[in-house]
Amino acid sequence: MTTTVTDVICPFCGTLCDDIAVVISDDGKQLLEVYNACVIGTEKFLHSQSKDRVVRPRLRQEDGTWKEISYDEAAEYTAQMLASAKKPLMYGWSSTNCEAQSVGHEIAEVCGACVDNTAAVCHGTTLIAVQDIGLPSCTLGEVKNRADRIIFWGCNPAHAHPRHMSRYSIFPRGFFTNKGQMTRKMVVIDPRTTDTAKMADIHLQIEQGKDYELLNAFRIALKGEWLPEVVAGIPSEKIREAADILKSGRFGIIFFGMGVTQSLGKNHNIDEAIALTKDLNDYTKFSIMPMRGHYNVTGSGEVMAWQFGYPYAVDLTRGFARYNPGDTSSIDLLARKEVDAVFVIGSDPGAHFPIRCVKEIAKVPSVCIDPHLTPTSGVSKLHVPVAFNGVETGGNCYRMDNVPIDCRKVVEPPEGMLTDEQFLMKVRDRLKQLKGEA
Amino acid sequence: MAESEDFISVQTVYCTGRMASIDLNLISGRSIQQGVAIESGKEKPSYRTAAGIIELDPSDLKKLGVWKNTNVRVTSEHGSVIVKAIETTQGPHPGVAFIPMGPWANSIVNPNTYSTGMPTFKGTKVKVEGAPNEPVLLGIELVQKQCGVKIG
Repeated sequence: MTTTVTDVICPFCGTLCDDIAVVISDDGKQLLEVYNACVIGTEKFLHSQSKDRVVRPRLRQEDGTWKEISYDEAAEYTAQMLASAKKPLMYGWSSTNCEAQSVGHEIAEVCGACVDNTAAVCHGTTLIAVQDIGLPSCTLGEVKNRADRIIFWGCNPAHAHPRHMSRYSIFPRGFFTNKGQMTRKMVVIDPRTTDTAKMADIHLQIEQGKDYELLNAFRIALKGEWLPEVVAGIPSEKIREAADILKSGRFGIIFFGMGVTQSLGKNHNIDEAIALTKDLNDYTKFSIMPMRGHYNVTGSGEVMAWQFGYPYAVDLTRGFARYNPGDTSSIDLLARKEVDAVFVIGSDPGAHFPIRCVKEIAKVPSVCIDPHLTPTSGVSKLHVPVAFNGVETGGNCYRMDNVPIDCRKVVEPPEGMLTDEQFLMKVRDRLKQLKGEA
Repeated sequence: MAESEDFISVQTVYCTGRMASIDLNLISGRSIQQGVAIESGKEKPSYRTAAGIIELDPSDLKKLGVWKNTNVRVTSEHGSVIVKAIETTQGPHPGVAFIPMGPWANSIVNPNTYSTGMPTFKGTKVKVEGAPNEPVLLGIELVQKQCGVKIG
């Protein structure tokens, strides 16, 4: 007989779906089937069961081969590396739970590291904009129950957050939105006709990189003032038509993604998007929300802000927390060749940093803590496999709307395998001994 | 008729060794196939199938003069990489090219953060040219090779 576990949390994207059901074997060791999850979430649960998983830490040898070592030896190597480094970078955190992040921050304080999470290549510029002018936001529950005007600006939830539209933003029948998608108008702004754009009532195919101009044009259109004939490749009458649709709603929301945060203009694009939201509140109720990527990148920002005062790019090398994106952010630190050790957990900068920065990771002593084989583990000196968070261990995570949700453990990890938190505690204890603090 | 003309132009290009090249604006980002591939294992060929590609508008493919599913070299001032050119699945977007986020895109994107901490992943000027005989490397292999990592 198998057992079905319901209300499991999916540890893939920031939507953090909490209605997954998984079928596990009698002995509780194997995960057999996954229900309700999207195709990516399903793959995440099932891949944890693959037979070719690395189950013990491996240290790269002189000749390039891997040598299997124990978790104690791996913790010793990591602690020694951090203790002797002048400016270590501790990056990642977004695919692990808040408990592990907290232990990691203790380590960072002891060794005086730069701590950064994946917001660095995702919504970092959003965080800068939020510090500039604030963020009138809401929860996804409010979106489901109230929102009748939905904008997706520079994001493609059909691919990146596959169940976002069905659970919260477009299809569900909520308290005041009881006809589901019939109640809602959907506006998509994207330079490509994405699968999300194909579903929209209005798709504005913006010229790539002209988000600031178009956002600004929307603000002007709201006020009914003069506009050039074409802005960012969009005729002004189309902008006015879309602006009227937004004004006529009862509750609207702007979801925005990498199209805005990674294009030129960066944080200024988001400043303008937030200002547009503020302006729209003169006519109706409007909110704005970043489409956070990793399932716990929001949590990492929360924990970092709680413990250090800043949500990412924190530099502790001087014994107190400094925050200055462009200076203390990982991409810039690596590009300027300033770090002398790299510690990566719960992310894959090897695949998702520009190659110039990855080359720096390959040059210095490095540790990669990740259940998968990744380009990061491929260039690191030490690879420490750990239990899958959200599958083989529980822990607290934050959804993209800053709602904390406890992930659940559904199966046992392979025998003898540590979780992120357990391994970090070993490193912390040894590091404190080395620094004479224990 | 149009197709046979295409065929002739492709033959001419390959027979004479003259390669057309086109300039495009590159963006990178998530695709659901890339999402599935990273969760099923980045060491596997499925990752290359999902992210070692460049999505081109049919009109740009025509200008380039290569068949879809041909390998191409994509070059920017920040690097160069071989990927497979496919016809876009989310078009039309003439003048814009899309490589899913991953080591292939990151071999050529603009790493400049302009003091924001964020590289400019979207909006890199690139040149695309046919490279039918060059292989597309696996994800981890591509990064290791560029970083000069010795593997046993």
